[in-house]
Amino acid sequence: MSHTVFKPATLVTLLVLAVLACVPLAAHLADQPFYLAFFARIMIYAIAASALNLALGYGGLVSLGHALFLGIGAYSVAIPAFHGIDNGWLHLLCCVVVCGVVGLVTGAVSLRTTGIGFIMITLAFAQMGYFVFVSLKQYGGDDGTTIAATSKFFGADLGQAGTVYWVALVLLVLVLWWMARLRVAPFGMVLRGARQNPRRINAIGLRSVRYQLAAYVLSAVLCGVAGMLLANLTGFASPSTMTWMISGDLIVMIVLGGIGTVFGPLLGALAFLGLEEVLKMVTEYWMAVFGLAIVLIGVLGKAGIAGLLDGLASRRPASAPAKRAAPAAVTISKPVGEQA
Amino acid sequence: MSALQTTGLVKRYGGILVTDNVSLDIRPGELHAIIGPNGAGKSTLINQLSGELVSNSGGVAFHGEDITSLRIDQRARRGLLRSYQITSIFEQFTVRENVTLAALGAREHGFRFWQPLLGRADLAHQADEALTACGLADHAQAPAGDLAYGQRRQLELAMALAAQPKFLLLDEPMAGMSVQESQAVVAMLAGLKGKYAILLIEHDMDAVFALADRISVLVYGKVIFTGTPDEIRAHPEVKTVYLGEEGIEA
Amino acid sequence: MTMSLLFTQLLNGLQLGVLLFLLAAGLTLVFGIMSFVNLAHGSLYMLGAYFAASAYAYTESFGLALLAGVGGCVVLGFLLERLAISRLYRRDHLDHVLTTFGMVLFFNELVRIVWGPQPYFLPVPAFLENTVDLLGISYPSYRFAIIVVGLLVAFGAHLLMHKTRLGMLIRAGAVNPAMVGALGVDIKLLNALLFALGAALAGLAGVMAAPILSIQSGMGEPVLITTLVVIVIGGIGSISGAFYAALIVGVADTLGRAFLPTLLREVASREVANAAGPALASMLVYVLMALVLAVRPQGLFPAGRS
Repeated sequence: MSHTVFKPATLVTLLVLAVLACVPLAAHLADQPFYLAFFARIMIYAIAASALNLALGYGGLVSLGHALFLGIGAYSVAIPAFHGIDNGWLHLLCCVVVCGVVGLVTGAVSLRTTGIGFIMITLAFAQMGYFVFVSLKQYGGDDGTTIAATSKFFGADLGQAGTVYWVALVLLVLVLWWMARLRVAPFGMVLRGARQNPRRINAIGLRSVRYQLAAYVLSAVLCGVAGMLLANLTGFASPSTMTWMISGDLIVMIVLGGIGTVFGPLLGALAFLGLEEVLKMVTEYWMAVFGLAIVLIGVLGKAGIAGLLDGLASRRPASAPAKRAAPAAVTISKPVGEQA
Repeated sequence: MSALQTTGLVKRYGGILVTDNVSLDIRPGELHAIIGPNGAGKSTLINQLSGELVSNSGGVAFHGEDITSLRIDQRARRGLLRSYQITSIFEQFTVRENVTLAALGAREHGFRFWQPLLGRADLAHQADEALTACGLADHAQAPAGDLAYGQRRQLELAMALAAQPKFLLLDEPMAGMSVQESQAVVAMLAGLKGKYAILLIEHDMDAVFALADRISVLVYGKVIFTGTPDEIRAHPEVKTVYLGEEGIEA
Repeated sequence: MTMSLLFTQLLNGLQLGVLLFLLAAGLTLVFGIMSFVNLAHGSLYMLGAYFAASAYAYTESFGLALLAGVGGCVVLGFLLERLAISRLYRRDHLDHVLTTFGMVLFFNELVRIVWGPQPYFLPVPAFLENTVDLLGISYPSYRFAIIVVGLLVAFGAHLLMHKTRLGMLIRAGAVNPAMVGALGVDIKLLNALLFALGAALAGLAGVMAAPILSIQSGMGEPVLITTLVVIVIGGIGSISGAFYAALIVGVADTLGRAFLPTLLREVASREVANAAGPALASMLVYVLMALVLAVRPQGLFPAGRS
């Protein structure tokens, strides 16, 4: 793994992480607590995007419903808190169990299809979850609910901006590290192989669906944990966290950053949320510009920021993929000629 | 005990009978070739043997075990490996990664999340052997997608070898190869003879007659004759149906 | 639960069903033939309603509003296909999702810029403001008109698909897209026409739905998702599948919302029924979809069989 340390995408990411480590102090000195929350949010979304990257980038599973798990994570804080439970470990347990079970069931059903069908089913399941939470009137229903009691671990309170910031940063670093190792570990290799050629994976003795389901469940749980952090940061949980708009946002982050790369989700989350902030300052109708920008990204189909950075360093023509460059969009499992 | 035995395999697509009561008996260490005109149903037969197609009736037994209802991955884990006529590899992985994955698949599962796959010494050894046998050792670091056609076919074979097979189903391994490339493959397969049982589907008659212990002739989904290369050469029906269009050198 | 109430709700379900069919028909063709994931289909539905509302504001004519809605969507659909969507056919589904997602965001904001954030209304045309008598009940004429128009369109679609050369090309394309191109058909034009046709149907649905719902930014997405469920249940690429599935989903959803809470009250306490009733009703069609997927992943009426 040491040869990756000097790649541009890695260097930029390390730089970003170093800056992120300095933000709490800087925000405190400049008396601008907004930035603490802002960057915490970026990191939390980076974790959620990394989770999705496992299923989508490595596994080729285009899930339009991952925001569901983000929402479940948020509610695994909100609902126990409503009943007076503020033990962070219980919140975490609830989050992991529910996300795991829901991920297992929805993943197993969704994996009965591929391609277009898979995309639509994950979307539909997320919508189903949305309706469930909207109908939970005692927990705020459509409007959502404030978190009565934030998660407490060993006396530390995740409701404090500073605490949740450091937890998010540490978790982000751990997640990125694990994703880097996972990418070349047997599980990651089988998963990435299944994305390229599921038939071949089966032919060499590995049941591809099993690995895809496992990746889906893992990514669901990790996304849920991000949701837990989000609820603690914002002090709020609402069904609007699990709309497909949010799922779409996560996908944009991953593609923007570089799909299937390790650092893409972080770079993408940074670019996405940063761009959003900048545009908001420029025009009230920033969403229109944003939408157009996303259309352009989709049509132009670049390799993302990570791929761009790595491409700069390798000085090879863009068509020759370096081993770690983000693969061009053709790799996500696509039905070959037959009806989806 | 035979290595692979099929009894009365039948496959229908709607009204069309593609595999007509095929019964084969391949002995351990034997290289058994299947020849036949285009459209005879050779690929369909191999797909039923590998587990990718479910037969309408009939059975398949592997070293005495009934594997008729087993999926392809289950058969692969028992040592029944196949290669594909249309190259099916992992284009974005390096040659070494391709072969190492194949080595992993046959022996164990992939639910390991931390240590690198290529760091596994036992799998690496497996992979190196397969790569050397197929002449790809020098290209181990190249992305599979960058290989020339003939090399991709060799990778196809290397993946099957790396999986420690007991039985190889080879679907036209020499398809599209030049004369030299084909000769190299023939030499390699000759070296493998006796180590594994091999079922070889091929159009290249030189290769078939050089390698095969026995040959079965498949016409319209039916095995019309099984015999040694000499018996095949002498058989009148075979000559007219198939060999009549091509001269073969003794 | 009286018979007349049941019958009314059945008709409502039918009405929802034909609207869903209008949306599903265009979407499933684009999915099936171009293998293109079009999340912006809901935006076309929305824009159809907006175009109609504007036309009505200027002309006070529902007929012209209808024309504006459908016509506007045809033009817009054609433009979108030529400018952006046709570049993506060979690309991955992820790129489709991304691009059309961006379009949804763009259009949702665009209508806010052009028409403002307040909801618009399109009134029911005067001659349909009364009720019709059907089998002993009084049913709103307008809703009945929707059913009639929808069934006519379905019949027209059936004629198109099974009795014309264009329809044959479309059906062939749903089963084997590459082959149709290889047969010498101008595939670019066919694709553009198909997309525009789907857009027209979406626009029609939008105009017809407008008097019943309010016209606002984001109105397309909830309907789109239900349409996706219809397509999954019916079978991707199959128009007849879309028809039957749309009716099934429309009726199931409507009856579920109308009667499930009441039914629950029979078996459970009032509080549970009040909480769980609406939730279960909303979930009903998704459970249905999951069941279909579990048992028959290719859909109930897959393409290639019709």
